[in-house]
Amino acid sequence: MLFKAEAVHRSLQRLITDRHALAPEYSETQMSPRFRSNGTSRPGSEAYARLMAGNFADWRLTVNGLVQRPLSLSLANLRSLPQRVQITRHDCVEGWSAIGKWHGPQLSTVLRLAGLRDTARYLVFHCADTLIGRPYYESIDLIDAFHPQTILAWAMNNRTLPVAHGAPLRLRVERQLGYKHAKYIMAVEAVASLDGVYGGKGGLWEDAAGYEWYGGI
Amino acid sequence: MHERSDQEPGSPEGGAVAAPPITRHALTTRIWHWVSAVSVIVLLGSGLMILNAHGQLYWGEYGANFDQPWFKLIWLFDDARVPGWLTIPSNYNLALARRWHLFFALVLAFALLGYMIASLIDRHFQRDLRIRADELRAARLIADAKAHARLEFHDPADPRAYNIFQKLSYVAVIFILLPLVIFTGLAMSPGMNAAWPWLLDVFGGRQSARSVHFIVAMLLAVFTIVHLALVILAGPINEVRSMITGKWRGPQRRCSPPPTRSSPARAGCWPAATRSGGARRGATCCSRPRRCIAACSG
Repeated sequence: MLFKAEAVHRSLQRLITDRHALAPEYSETQMSPRFRSNGTSRPGSEAYARLMAGNFADWRLTVNGLVQRPLSLSLANLRSLPQRVQITRHDCVEGWSAIGKWHGPQLSTVLRLAGLRDTARYLVFHCADTLIGRPYYESIDLIDAFHPQTILAWAMNNRTLPVAHGAPLRLRVERQLGYKHAKYIMAVEAVASLDGVYGGKGGLWEDAAGYEWYGGI
Repeated sequence: MHERSDQEPGSPEGGAVAAPPITRHALTTRIWHWVSAVSVIVLLGSGLMILNAHGQLYWGEYGANFDQPWFKLIWLFDDARVPGWLTIPSNYNLALARRWHLFFALVLAFALLGYMIASLIDRHFQRDLRIRADELRAARLIADAKAHARLEFHDPADPRAYNIFQKLSYVAVIFILLPLVIFTGLAMSPGMNAAWPWLLDVFGGRQSARSVHFIVAMLLAVFTIVHLALVILAGPINEVRSMITGKWRGPQRRCSPPPTRSSPARAGCWPAATRSGGARRGATCCSRPRRCIAACSG
């Protein structure tokens, strides 16, 4: 019963508000002087250490699942796409907020390159880090996936994305809480259902701790 | 919807020393009261647990560990955690606290909306909560404060009426604090920030909204404590019953001296005293003076 509230909030928000509304954007002068990091500050795997040592030149973003053209994109590929720069507020589920500047291609651009199949309903982000002994992952629906402010950020505050903030690539899904903004992305998978994906609830924190899958509240 | 009192003071059945029970609270008021009572308790407990996750408050749009807070939980508690007996759940669990909080937030908000609509339609607000300028005169306020200190909360001539301190506190809770706590809550939702950016403009940023949310929650906690204390002082069985069944007994009628030139009897009552008339308190309104006198002398 308690857990139904998330669905009611999501439905109410989408009922009474514009689902394409943009998150507030800020000016340079409104940015946090220092943007704290949270969660994993540096993935522990050897594979990640090798990628980091090579300055992520060997890193590739896999785009697969229910797509017509599976992709393998390098950072250079991602940087050659049309870019979006946005100064937005990052709200942690814990209560704190920090304002930073993010730079990267819109997720929708990448998804159009790959060509989503009609059956695709969710995008799952597979990450290089583990938390509480589980691989980190997150997922969003197509409303947020094609939202103009949903970008794959490779730069933050005019610098290449720092390791503590998810190098080489992190998700920005600006109308949701911080745990939805997956860091250290390795693969984007289009799926029809979240059942059977890891714990089935659509994210590490959703599976492990019972956080809401819809992080817009 | 709102039931009027069965028997007005001074009605032909009057004359007994004990006041008959009257219908004090409409069904809509009683339902809303208990739904809100449960919601406020759960929201305070779960809200304090959510505060545990980041026990610092800021002003402005942003605020995190490297920024300057105006409030730190660690000032109050050595481990920067609100004690478990005050939180829902008792052991640290942000996710579960959010589930409780966001469920009862919906209950609180929609119950208030329904109650407001019902109370405008049945004129409960207009009739019982309207504050008149006369009630705010300093002399009246002082007199009412003294009456409060004597634990006399009701005007015997009109025992259904709320006293001015009740009116002020209920109006503050219903029309200021509850709407504020609901809208500052909405202002913390990133989804709502996109849809209704004016929420952030109104409160001066998300972290300001979070601070106001906390301050208002604490004011609601203070109101709840004072409210409970006054229920106990005013007679807990009578007061709680009135909020369950609606039935309530007014203050015990006390006989007063016969009418004088300065406070003449009116409509068979002596003295027909009301607070607004400035007559003495404790005076009763009695339709059958002889029986009243007999009851007093007997």
